[in-house]
Amino acid sequence: MNRKLLSLALLGSTILGGAAAADVTLTIESWRNDDLVLWQDKIIPAFEAANPGIKVKFTPSAPAEYNAVLNSKLDAGSAGDLITCRPFDASLALYDGGHLADISGLEGMANFSDVAKSAWQTDDASASFCMPMASVIHGFIYNKEAFAELDIKIPETEAEFFAALETIKADGNYIPMAMGTNDQWEAATMGYNNIGPNYWKGEEGRLALIAGDQKLTDAQWVAPYEALAKWGEYLGDGYEAQTYPDSQNIFTLGRAAIYPAGSWEITGFNAQADFEMGAFKAPVQNAGDTCYISDHTDIALGMNAASPNAEAAKTFLNWMGTSEFAGIYANALPGFFSLSNHEVAMEDPLAQEFVSWRGECESTIRSTYQILSRGTPNLENETWGASVAAIKGSKSGADLGMELQSGLASWYAPHK
Amino acid sequence: MKNSGIKWHVIVFLAPAVLVYTAIMIFPLFNTLRLALYTEVDQVRQFVGLENFRTLFGNPHWSGQFWNALGNNFWFFFIHMIVQNPIGIALAAILSHPRLRFAAVYRTAIFVPTILSFVIVGFAWKLILSPIWGITPDMLKALGLKWLYAPYLGKEEYALTTLALISVWQFVGIPMMLIYAALLSIPEEVLEAGEVDGITGFASFWKIKLPLILPSIGIISILTFVGNFNAFDLIYTTQGALAGPAFSTDILGTFMYRTFFGFQLQLGDPHMGSAIASGMFGIILIGVCIYLFGIQTRLRRYQF
Repeated sequence: MNRKLLSLALLGSTILGGAAAADVTLTIESWRNDDLVLWQDKIIPAFEAANPGIKVKFTPSAPAEYNAVLNSKLDAGSAGDLITCRPFDASLALYDGGHLADISGLEGMANFSDVAKSAWQTDDASASFCMPMASVIHGFIYNKEAFAELDIKIPETEAEFFAALETIKADGNYIPMAMGTNDQWEAATMGYNNIGPNYWKGEEGRLALIAGDQKLTDAQWVAPYEALAKWGEYLGDGYEAQTYPDSQNIFTLGRAAIYPAGSWEITGFNAQADFEMGAFKAPVQNAGDTCYISDHTDIALGMNAASPNAEAAKTFLNWMGTSEFAGIYANALPGFFSLSNHEVAMEDPLAQEFVSWRGECESTIRSTYQILSRGTPNLENETWGASVAAIKGSKSGADLGMELQSGLASWYAPHK
Repeated sequence: MKNSGIKWHVIVFLAPAVLVYTAIMIFPLFNTLRLALYTEVDQVRQFVGLENFRTLFGNPHWSGQFWNALGNNFWFFFIHMIVQNPIGIALAAILSHPRLRFAAVYRTAIFVPTILSFVIVGFAWKLILSPIWGITPDMLKALGLKWLYAPYLGKEEYALTTLALISVWQFVGIPMMLIYAALLSIPEEVLEAGEVDGITGFASFWKIKLPLILPSIGIISILTFVGNFNAFDLIYTTQGALAGPAFSTDILGTFMYRTFFGFQLQLGDPHMGSAIASGMFGIILIGVCIYLFGIQTRLRRYQF
């Protein structure tokens, strides 16, 4: 009996302890476990200094498990107050399921453009449910020393790009390009969606595909697969079993000359590589063509609709719209570019190089993310497999286009 | 106590096991079967009968994946049956040889991988076979067999067999131990009687020991079958939920996981996932029934 009383008392104290404390504690769910230190050392202290009475805890889980873990936690009612949002449908489903609160009315929202908000809105843009945080830009990171050694200029056109790869391969000291197909997503994300926008003309092609005016069998959607097919011979020996961390290590150890990248690599590469790095954007077909870059809305923060600390959570979200947050975030995590309208000065040269393309080129987001990956088969996942097949040469671009088109047409009305 | 009709001690002793087993095995099993009959439309769960199964077997996208996974599963099982179990039996026969020295050392060494976590086994083998950091390419080169090397886990034609062999390496200790125990229980007199009749060496293994351990081999086969059709961990830790390259290592477990919990942009669908899980349950049930009624009842048992 005594033990029962004791355990009841203990149980009670945990509940009461939370409620009785003077401070409100906000818990943030996230997949960015790489950013734990940044949140603990920079963002959270800055927020807590400005907002006494609110404590913040950052509790990330592993990226691959995040969606599954978060869904289970939300269903069980044990999720945190603030929820890091994946772009588009994963978050839209949470909103439709009543798990994310409508935060369109927060004043912090005024600091973001419509494009920035589009990834976390209902299809008719009537409700926003996450405060945009950052986007990532695709391109290629290269080893400046290797390029100087082999006297290679930064390739602007596709012909120059393959000529550069050929030069590196002929020299034999460096693996021309560090990428593997084991984990599949790199082929699609850093391959297809990196070089693709130059073919389908960015937003123009992406929106036409969503509207059903263009098909995946059209030349502009097939051509990137044909370009990828030429990549295979420039990837290292055994690239078929090379994983994502393998590629990162090969490049930062100085064994490869070019790394098809997303800007999120910058922080890690700065820490690992002891040679100078530069970046160039995806090559265009002919010199002087308009260039398009993938400037993908990647991460945002929303509010758990069931949060007991809604007021504090709103305070935090509003603070995220300030230039203070944008400055801390962009500089602590070079490569995650602020989506807000504030002018943010960045110090990292590599990050500056990436972000400078916004001025020269048209921005677009990954073609498969909005609406088109809503059904089964899922276009994004199919694109992973298709990009790998293209690189390995196991299927032709035309065949891949046909397969993807028939998969999409099987469930997406504008393509039926 | 003797006179009371209800044997309370039986109930008391059984209760914990029955309750725990019901809560974590039986209830979820039936709930999964039930979930497979529903679907979700606009956040509302609706009863649809066998519609999910019709999609699973009728829609070419779903059925293609299902048959691919099932085929891979049979291949996975086949490799275990022709590699793991014969090697296990051979090892047990060697270990039970009375004149073998250090038998306990070998026995332990071979059994140790069985108790390792899948994550460790998967990661270690991924590194061993890695084209970049692995020791396999260099070792083969030193032996002059470089041409034998391929990035096995990245090639569609080798990946599944490679994974099956890794799994064999990990679990060969189990058939070995079971057979070893069966071999030790064969009485000396039987073997001696055989010797008197001129049956020694290999002949005594084939003619006396093997028939006597057949029931154990049956049990091992069915354990292998159930284990392989429930397999998931090794594939998931080495190849991820998409079971690459190009779904060549996709088995029912990974297919179910991907469908049930969702993957990347694909949202989870617990109802289709349950339909696949029900399919797996059905296949295992059929397999076990074939064994129980078709094979086990025909095995001859000997009493000593």
